[in-house]
Parts: sequence; C-alpha cells; structure tokens
Amino acid sequence: MNFDPRFSGRKFASVGTRPIRPDGVDKVTGRARYGADFNMAGQLVGRILRSPHAHAVIKSIDTSKAEKLAGVKAVITAKDLPDLTDGDAAMHDILDNCMARKKALYDGHAVAAVAAIDARIARQALKLIEVEYEVLPHVTDVDEAAHHHAPLINDQVFTEGLEEKPAKPSNITKRTQFGHGDVHKGFAEADFVVERSFKTEQTHQGYIEPHACVASVNADGTADLWVCTQGHFVYRQHCAQLLGLEASKLRVTSSEIGGGFGGKTHVWAEPVALALSRKAGRPVKLVMTRDEVFRASGPTSATSIDVRIGARKDGTITAAEATLRYSCGPYAGSWAEIGAMTAFACYKLENVKTVGYEVLVNRPKTAAYRAPSAPMAAFAVESAVDELAKELGMDAVDFRIKNAAQEGTRASYGPVYGPIGIGPTLEAVKHHPHMKAPLKENQGRGMACGFWFNFGGQTCTDLNIGMDGSVSLAVGTVDVGGSRASLSLVAAEELGIDYSHVKAIVADTSSLGYNDMTDGSRGTFSSSMATISAARNAIKILRERAAQTWDIPVEDVHWEKGHAIAKGEKYGNLSPLSLKEIAAASGKTGGPIAGHSELVADGAGVSFATHICDVEVDPETGSTRVIRYTVVQDAGKAVHPTYVEGQYQGGAAQGIGWALNEEYIYGKDGRLQNAGFLDYRIPVCSDLPMIDTQILEIPNPNHPYGVRGVGETSIVPPLAAIANAVSNAVGVRMTHIPMSPPRILAALDAEREG
Amino acid sequence: MRYIRPLSIEDAVGELAKAVGPAAILAGGSDLLVRMKGGFIEPELIVDIKRIDGLGDITETAEGFRIGAAVPCAVLGENKAVRKAWPGVVEAANLIGSKQVQGRCTITGNLCNASPAADSVPALVAAGAKAVVAGPSGKRTIAVETVPTGPGRTSLAKGEIIEAILLDKRPEHAGDAYLRFIPRTEMDIAVVSAGVNLTLDEHGAIKTARVALGAAAPTVLLVEEAGQVLVGSKLDEATLERLAKICSGACRPIDDKRGTIEFRRKVAGVLARRVAAIAYKRAGGK
Amino acid sequence: MAGVAVSTTINGDAVEYLCQPDETLLEVLRDRLGLTGAKEGCGTGDCGACSVIVDGRLVCSCLVLGAEAEGRKVETIEGMAHGDQLHPLQQKFLEHAALQCGVCTPGFLIAAKDLLEKNPSPTEEEIRFGLAGNLCRCTGYDKIVRAVQDAANVMKGA
Repeated sequence: MNFDPRFSGRKFASVGTRPIRPDGVDKVTGRARYGADFNMAGQLVGRILRSPHAHAVIKSIDTSKAEKLAGVKAVITAKDLPDLTDGDAAMHDILDNCMARKKALYDGHAVAAVAAIDARIARQALKLIEVEYEVLPHVTDVDEAAHHHAPLINDQVFTEGLEEKPAKPSNITKRTQFGHGDVHKGFAEADFVVERSFKTEQTHQGYIEPHACVASVNADGTADLWVCTQGHFVYRQHCAQLLGLEASKLRVTSSEIGGGFGGKTHVWAEPVALALSRKAGRPVKLVMTRDEVFRASGPTSATSIDVRIGARKDGTITAAEATLRYSCGPYAGSWAEIGAMTAFACYKLENVKTVGYEVLVNRPKTAAYRAPSAPMAAFAVESAVDELAKELGMDAVDFRIKNAAQEGTRASYGPVYGPIGIGPTLEAVKHHPHMKAPLKENQGRGMACGFWFNFGGQTCTDLNIGMDGSVSLAVGTVDVGGSRASLSLVAAEELGIDYSHVKAIVADTSSLGYNDMTDGSRGTFSSSMATISAARNAIKILRERAAQTWDIPVEDVHWEKGHAIAKGEKYGNLSPLSLKEIAAASGKTGGPIAGHSELVADGAGVSFATHICDVEVDPETGSTRVIRYTVVQDAGKAVHPTYVEGQYQGGAAQGIGWALNEEYIYGKDGRLQNAGFLDYRIPVCSDLPMIDTQILEIPNPNHPYGVRGVGETSIVPPLAAIANAVSNAVGVRMTHIPMSPPRILAALDAEREG
Repeated sequence: MRYIRPLSIEDAVGELAKAVGPAAILAGGSDLLVRMKGGFIEPELIVDIKRIDGLGDITETAEGFRIGAAVPCAVLGENKAVRKAWPGVVEAANLIGSKQVQGRCTITGNLCNASPAADSVPALVAAGAKAVVAGPSGKRTIAVETVPTGPGRTSLAKGEIIEAILLDKRPEHAGDAYLRFIPRTEMDIAVVSAGVNLTLDEHGAIKTARVALGAAAPTVLLVEEAGQVLVGSKLDEATLERLAKICSGACRPIDDKRGTIEFRRKVAGVLARRVAAIAYKRAGGK
Repeated sequence: MAGVAVSTTINGDAVEYLCQPDETLLEVLRDRLGLTGAKEGCGTGDCGACSVIVDGRLVCSCLVLGAEAEGRKVETIEGMAHGDQLHPLQQKFLEHAALQCGVCTPGFLIAAKDLLEKNPSPTEEEIRFGLAGNLCRCTGYDKIVRAVQDAANVMKGA
C-alpha cells in the first residue's frame, strides 16, 4: 500500500461542518447499549471480594461455605487464574492486580469472586468466603513511600536507571532523566531564580459508567466478551493471554462507553468474569459498583514535584530543572517519566534537566487519565513561571511568549519540533477580550499553558459501499466522544458524497484487524488517516469499474466530487458516473466494492493549549468559584468543530475539578474514605461557568488533512491557571492541589498572621 | 425481609413494636436505601409510612404548622404559607441533596437519620420545632433537639415513629435563616452550618434569638450563649463579632474527609454572622 | 424473602411485576422490564443517571423501591419521544452536541424535562442549579445548558 499521509492543503466540503452524530438518536432515547445494558441467556451475576487492608499477606482463603450456598455456581481465587504470563513482568502485574496472588496490596484489591443466579445470593456468598490475612505496615503517601524507612511494598524492587544497582530494595522502581545543556551554567547566568515545591493529590477519571462486562466461555475454547472499554483489541489480547485462550477465538465487542478518559484502557474485572464463566459453564455479567470503581480501578498518580527556574533581567529563561515523584500504586509504571518529558515542553530552553522517580504505594494501580502525568507537571512549572514573571516585573503572557518553543526548537524531552501551536495560542490569549475584562474585589485572573504529545499507532479500517451507494465504515477505535461523526465526515469528504450516506460503526475484534486503543488522543487522528486510506482504495476500484464500463484505460478516469470522470477531449461524449451508479452496477462489473486499510499512523502532531481563568475567592471561607474560563488550543484541523469544542470544554472542566476539590482521601488505616460521588467531588453543573473556546488550526504536516489529536491537552493547563488566578486574587501561592477551601483558608490565615 | 405499607399510624407502630429483627421506617428513602445498598443495615422489616392518612399533609393550625412525616421537602418548598413564616426552615430543607432527592426526602427523615450535618436540623432547632412521636404507649411531643443523641442514634424507643413536625405560628417582626458551607455549590454534605431564628421588638432590637450549629459536634448544637448575646442588640458589628467568637468557641468538631477542626471552627463563626444578618433583615430589622 | 406484587403504570402502559422487597425501582426497570435507558452511575443518588419521574416528581430510581411504585405513574426516557417525534429537548441535545459519551444523557433529559415543565423560562443559573443533581464528566455542562436554553425557547414558541 502506498498511502501518502502528508498534509496537502485543500478546500473541504464535509470536514469542518457540524452534522448530528450517527449514534445520537440511540443515545437520547435510551436505546444505546452500554456495558451493563447487555444480557445473555442463562447469565449469572458475578461479584468480587476485595481486601479491606492496604497491605496484607493472604494466608488462606476458604471458599467452601460460599460454594455450598444454593444458587452459587462458581467461586474463584487466584488459583483459578494460573500464571501464564511467561516472564512478562507487565502482564504479571496485570494478573496480580486482577486477583491478588500472595499479598493484598491496596484497600479494594480483589481476592476472590463468585458467580451466582442473582445479585443477592452473590453478595451473600461473598460474606461466606473466609480470608485469613496477616496485616503488614502500609504506606500511601508518595513522599513517605520514597523514604528509605518506608514499609517495602515489593522486596524485589531495586531502583532502575541509577548508575549502580542499589544494594537495598526500595519503593522507587525507576529513575529517568531528560534534558540538554548545562543547568549549573544556566542558573549561574540567571538574575532571578524561583524555586518551589508542589504536591498534587490522587484523582480519578470519574467516568459516570462503572466498568461492566458480560463474559461467556464455551466448552470448546471459544469465548465472547461484551465490555465497555477504550480498546477491545487490547482487552482481547490481555484476556486471551491471562486465560490461555487463542486470541482469535475470543471475540470482544465494545459496548457504547460511558466515559473512559484513560480509565478504561486496562483490564480489571474482565479476566475475572471470563474465569468465572469458564468455571460455571454459563455467561457471567460483572458490573462494578461505584465504590469498587474508586477503590479498585486505575486513578491517576499523586505527585510531589520540585521546580527551579532561572531567568535574566530581559526575561530569557537561562535554566530550568524539575524533580518529579509520581505514585504508581503497587506496581511499576512510567508515570513520572511522562511527567518529566512534558514538564518544560512548552519552552525553548538552552539548559534543562528533569528527573522522574516512580514510587510504589499501597493504592490502586495508576492508570492513564487524559494527558496522563502532564497536568501535575504543568501545575508545578506554570506556577513557578508565573512567580518568576512577577519577580521580573513582566507580564505573565509576554514572559511566556518570549520563551515559547517554536518550529525548530529542540524539545526538553529530545525531539525537534515541526510547526507547533504554543506561540499562536499565547498570541491569541494576549489579544483575547477575556484578558481585558474588568475584575472585582477578591477576583483574580490566571493563565497557563499545556502540552501533550498525542499518539498515532496501529489502525485498521474497512469501508464498504452498498449497492445503493451508501457507505458503511467499520472502525476499530472505540468512539469515546463523537468520533463516528468525525470519521463519517472524513469518508464523505474523501469519496465526495454527502455525510448522510455514510454510517460508521465500531467493529468487534473478529470483524476487523487489530487496532490500538483509543488513547493518546488518537481516535480521530489515526482512524481518519485509515479512513482516508480505505476510501482512496475504494476510489481506485470505483475508477476501475468506471474504466471497465467505458472500456477506457483506468489512468484516464479521475475521481471528483463523488463521480468518475473520463479526462480528455476524446471522452467528451462520456458523462460522469456517480458513485451510486457505479455501485448499482457492481454486481455485473466485478462484485462488491470496498476499501480496506491497515497502517501505523505515525506523526501525531504535538498539541498545545493556553487557558485563561477568572476566579473569585471568599477570603473568610477559602471557597473559590471559577467565574469565567477560556480555552485556546491548536486542533491542526477541526474535523467536527462542535466535538472539538466539547473536548476542550470537558478537559477544562475535569481540570477545574482536580484543581479545586477532587482528591483521594486515605485514612491512617490505609482505607479510602471517599469512594463515592458524594465525597469525591467532581464539578456539578452549578459549579461551572460557560467554557469559551477558540480553535486554532496549525496543520499537522503528517496528516492528509492536517489533523492533530485534540482530546487530552485541555486538562493540562487548568490546575496552574486556577492556582495563578487564586494567587492574583488573594495573594497566596497555593502549592498543594486540590486547592480546597480548608487549604486556601489555612494559607490565607498564615499570610494574614504574617 | 418484608415490605409493608400500613394505612394507619397504629398499624405501623404495632408492626414496628412486634418486629423481631431490625426494622426500618421508609418515607423518602434517601438515607435508608443508601445504607441498605452499602450493606450498613439489612432490615428484616421495611415499613413504608407514605400511605398513612395525614402523614403526607401540611396543615395550618391555630398554633402554627403541622408537617406530616412523609411530606417531601420539594412539597414543603412549594407551600407558600410555611415559606413565608419559616423561610429559614424551608431553605434548609430545600438544600438537602439534589432536585431528585428533594422529591423524596423529608425533614422528619433528616432528623431521624441523626447526622450532625443534617441540613434541616439546625434550622428546626433554631425555630424551636417540636416532633410528635407516636408509640406503643401513646403520643408525646418533644423538642426536636432531643431526638438525635449522637451520630446515627436517636432517643426514639422501639416501635416509635415521628408522625409530624410542629412549627409555631409567627409573630410580627420575626425571621429565620440557614446557611451551610459546602465545597461545591450543590450536592455536598454540610462541612459546617448555622441556623438563626430571631424576633424583634417594635424598635428593631432583638427580643428573642436561637442559634444552632450543624456539623460542629456529635449532634446539632443549640448555642444558648450565642442567642443571649444577640438579645437586645440591633446586630451591630461588635455583637456580630461576639456572636462569631461564641459560635467558633462552642464547636467541638472533628477532622474528617469533609473538613478540618480549624476550618469548621472558623467558618462556624463566619456563617453565624452572615446568617444572623439575613434573619435580622427578614425580621424587618435595618 | 417474599416477593412483592406490584401494579403500576410506566410510560402510560399498565405494568405488573413481582419484585423483592429490597429491590430498587432502577433494578426493576433495568433487570425485570428491560428498560435500560435509566443507568446506574452510583446507586446512591449522587449522579442522577437513573432519573425518572414518579407521579410528577423527579426522583433517582436507585433511591426508590420497586414495591413503592404500586399505583403510581412512572415516566422514563423510553417514553420521552412521541412515536417517531423526538421531544424538543432530545432534538436540541443532538443539535448542540450536548452529549459525548451519552451515559448521563437519559438522566439529564428527564431532569431537564421536569425543570422546563415547572419553569418554562429558566435563567442560566436556574438551569445550572436545577440540573446540579445530574453529573456529566464529558462536556463541562456548557453545551447541555445551551441545549436546554434552546429547547425552552422552542417549547415556549410551540
């Protein structure tokens, strides 16, 4: 296949319009089927028994009483999920996380599971399982866990990435370092240096739909899994490997997904449901409760970050340095590494150094959350940048413009940037009317920048043309926020037909080749590339059929606006053939017409955003309200601008929640205290203002239409933007996220007491 | 487990009195069903009191108002007469949960759930509201502040049901108000809260005052000293400062997932000051 | 545990079912009657995804027992459109892209319908507080509020 992904400027007919999404009516009428909305004949209810201890040896599990309870059809423990990971450490962690093998490593860690004829019996059965624990000392705080006196979570962990292998095990699994130049020299050149330490608490993606699946394993080794996931192909591979199934015999169908944000990239309950089904010989439905979602899915890291930035009087940053400690839960991760890569990505720096430490804690295994690891690093860096601008007496936007990365800049994490949007977003912010709007007493304005890499990855798409000329598009990237509409627009654009004739679906794992999951803002970027490629392959066939009909060389047939056109004066008597006409005749000209594409979508353009935020702080209570918010972000090319705006707004809202109120609160006993939406406080409708958006389009040179991922970057700036706004409103620099009322009031009181 | 729907208070009391295992009264269910879902209680008997005659009614009597135990807070909020007489009680009741919860929850349930953070309770205590208790040995009327005895515990005996809350008729120049502090704008449990109920003399000086604090101690606190400091004043700055200090001092709060001791103390004072000003204005004070 | 026999009306149709005494209306709708439009996001009344209307009152069906529906009138998302005619709120949610993942959408639509029936001309603030019992994690609420405003205008004109 000789697909050319390079950007070529063109006028769009469909792309950039705002039609209604193809899955919309099902979703407003209650017909759309999510994870828990599917049932199979003879299905059982699965439930999981979870450790109440943060850290404990599992000495024994007695399931005999539960097995004897009438209506119980299967009880499983780790023994029913034998280790088939064959030395693959990452897969072994996933296995151990699905069902604790020797130790329970966090409050909520699965230790056993049952399948019964109804939920009441399943719940009763869980109470009859007797687990004997030997409780061990635990550690949940990232700084305490990094300390050499901390209880060891895994005594086989010796920090990687050090010059010498350490003599003793610790909770730090890995050290990573990025940067270039000489920071010592850079700081020596600085007239002003700002040095600050920051902390951020652990947050959850907070998708409204809990994890849910229906698993059915047959006696012949075939199996079906219906599941809400961001990546059904990845789930298939993981589940097949853990259960010892052949991947092609496990068909995974992705349900409609009720939010993921990175949290549905990882298997937890699915291998358990499959193991229960295998043992019971019946389908098993397993739905997590909200409490289980908080305690036992994959929240983000808690962090502790030190930042140091120096600048000359003229506003040039001479050196920047950060040390980042990120919690990973009880298993190794690369979260600090990503934070260390993103921390200074917005700036053009001669001397920069970032060091990341991955820290194990007795909390759930960290999973991705929308631009994972970047918001915390940006909070620390962008807060310090604001402080430095203040010390220099420079405007916060001008200071950033002066130091912004641009095309040709070597990024702090290594590569050299192509055309990028940081400068343009800053210029747009500088001239945005929001920046000039008046503020009242106790109100303040802040701004901050954010960066995200974006990913591409393996993608496979089918485009089938029906005999009536309508088009079905089968993609393998799960639609998390309207991508079926965007991809239908792309197919319509490429074929030259109307959007209304295209219907996009997400195909199951048996109907399409492998696709990476919808993460890294890749859904529209990579599947649109594959859709363009598939459409071009279909067009090639359409041209061949027209050439055959006309009996002329295919080279003389062009494709324009949905029609085959014979080019050249000698064909003056041949009127164009429409896609519909060619499709209608396909049975007689060689059979069905389809385009297929499989590719690795390289070159996802990096993404930048700058946000402006106004807050009002009640100085007597520390309560903070966001009263105005503006997002400016580069989309490359907005395929469906309404859904691009939706991504900007949604990311900003999640960032606002993170900044102000959301946090995992653990008790001294290592148990999570706020495993519900009552006390894990995500923003409600009355908490937020309208969120204004401005889409910039700096084409990605590596995509035919210039598309960049848009989903994640918008969660990166809000933490810092709000912290900067609070600082400008009431004069306190908040260094601990969330900036909850007790924290702000304490900071104000400390300030007032001098 | 049994679910029953008695039609008379006598039947309900009788069933509760003879229940062998744990029994639960169901009105709005917004606390009960959450506790059942969490596995915190597994009642043997659920007594749904919503079809008992009169329990769903608000009646205006010569003495004031009688609010049946099954009246949802949304219905209370739509009652113009109660809203006019006791705006603080109604605004407190209407802060419980969401619109969805408002359609179900009741002030009687809020009282009997015995949470120190219950929104309607400080307002009811400040209002001097009374509860009519029906039980195996007849009926009695008690001050609402005597119902909760600790978090999740009440003074009600086995078989007893609160069938109504009574609010007095309002004299001229009276006003009440309730404020709570929550981190968000809706959907949270009060971190700390305050209710104030005032009557004024013809010159605008405070004649009587009751101040109650929520989420500041194991039960809602009636701070008598705070009421006393208001009496005789026209709510000048010095009085408000003293009020705030007394309220902060009266708190015996805890550190928990919703707030710190220090925060609750300080904000109790802030809220008391703010809410007293609202009640004073409602009473016609200037 | 003795089952409770219930006769009720759902979306205008007479319905009878047998449920357990501790079974919620949400479980009855979803697991017994196949009406899966109402979603369980929390089961504790904190997210509003299971919103339905019972006798004209907006409630979380996870906080109502199935047994309590005896003799009541229940309205769910499945009954919101009239035949093939979407309710103006449904139409405006589509036009404004007021949904991304869509799992909160049935609850929002039911709550917004209740809001507009009680207050046909709400201010932005009234909409925001009126819908505060419905959590959405995708949209930041902006497009939801705009869709409700637009639907209110359309419904007033109708």
